[in-house]
Amino acid sequence: MSGNMNLTLKVWRQKNTKTNGELVDYKVNEISPDMSFLEMFDVLNEKLITEGKDPIAFDHDCREGICGMCSMHINGRPHGPLQGVTTCQLHMRSFKDGDTIVVEPWRAQAFPVIKDLAVNRSAFDRIIAAGGYVSINTGNAQDANNLPISKDNADEAFAAAACIGCGACVAACKNASAMLFVSAKVSQLSLLPQGQPEKQSRVINMVAQMDAEGFGSCTNTGACEAECPKGISLSNIARMNREFIGAELGSEKY
Amino acid sequence: MAITGLFLITFLIVHCGINALIFFNDGGESFNKGAEFMGTNPLIRTMEIVLFIGLILHIVKGFSLWKQNNNARPIKYAVQNGAANSKWYSRSMGILGTLLLMFLIIHLRHFWVISRFTDEITSGKETLFNEMKEVFEHLWIVVLYVLAMVSLAYHLMHGFQSAFQTLGLNHKKYTPLIKGVGFWFSIIIPFIFAMMPIAMHFDFIK
Repeated sequence: MSGNMNLTLKVWRQKNTKTNGELVDYKVNEISPDMSFLEMFDVLNEKLITEGKDPIAFDHDCREGICGMCSMHINGRPHGPLQGVTTCQLHMRSFKDGDTIVVEPWRAQAFPVIKDLAVNRSAFDRIIAAGGYVSINTGNAQDANNLPISKDNADEAFAAAACIGCGACVAACKNASAMLFVSAKVSQLSLLPQGQPEKQSRVINMVAQMDAEGFGSCTNTGACEAECPKGISLSNIARMNREFIGAELGSEKY
Repeated sequence: MAITGLFLITFLIVHCGINALIFFNDGGESFNKGAEFMGTNPLIRTMEIVLFIGLILHIVKGFSLWKQNNNARPIKYAVQNGAANSKWYSRSMGILGTLLLMFLIIHLRHFWVISRFTDEITSGKETLFNEMKEVFEHLWIVVLYVLAMVSLAYHLMHGFQSAFQTLGLNHKKYTPLIKGVGFWFSIIIPFIFAMMPIAMHFDFIK
């Protein structure tokens, strides 16, 4: 078909967490511009399987930009060259015939490579488990109107809750810092009345877990915000800093 | 970094203000008066110690931050397009800071050591203004000072607004103001500083 592309891929291949990896060159031919980036990988994997070779492991699930599973670092940017999309929503029309595309996994101490392009992001789960929830006693749900919430706060909480936990913020940050993710999770709860009772312990515990996982520190470069597929704002980081300082100073716990 | 950084910013204002007295072009009379006040007032001398503590904390914290952040990504990317998502000076605070530290060592050797550890100025043999004149006779020193002020400008361009963000001071109304003030501060203060060696060298100030 006309308009189809021949591309060279340089893909990170790594057998498991313990071994060292390397970039390996692959040629893919007759790639339709209408394919998604992951479909292009499917084509390559089909070819590798037919040739009796080991297919490339990569994370993917919903393929419609809402699950946060896909995690490719494409030509030096998480989720590739477009703004506000995940890898699965990146289409081959964003590339040109003859392009060389470098694909690497998220790189962070806290995100060890499982195999090839798949990284272990359970550090995020442990941060959530450290405080990213509200404790609710069982019983009948009360009437929603009993909890007045301003529209502005509801909107802002919703914008923070849009975070899909893909880890692009960590991948983009020169310090591999997880501040944008953690601050989104802190904000979505602390902006709402239900989040108030555990506000102080939440921010302290989640930040402590984030540090324990070995993520870097935030130096406010803004790379995370620019690369976030869900447009999570840096103002969430400021909110978390504010709450953290307040909780550290105000809390009676040591 | 934020607290010590903001503290060092307040120092820059004072330092710049006092030194700008040379622009009165009165043969250094008002400047020497200012320098004498700064060198003898007990409150200022105490603040000098606090300033050094602040500076050292800023350096030590900066270094440990660099090390920690370096460890957070043990295997680097083969390709990383930082320019696509952030400013180069935001990503280069460590290097800019190191350049400034190297400049500071030279700068302190030029003026601070002379005025505090020798009796040249206290004995009235020499004035700080004449000392400036002497140091800035060499063109390469003028160039070095101007380059250092370029580093300072970029260091402040990130640091000023970043300090507020770190302290959680982010607000729809005030953040644009902070960013605007930070931008102009980062240009005006280093510019005034840079004009000093230039004006001295080319005898705009006599």
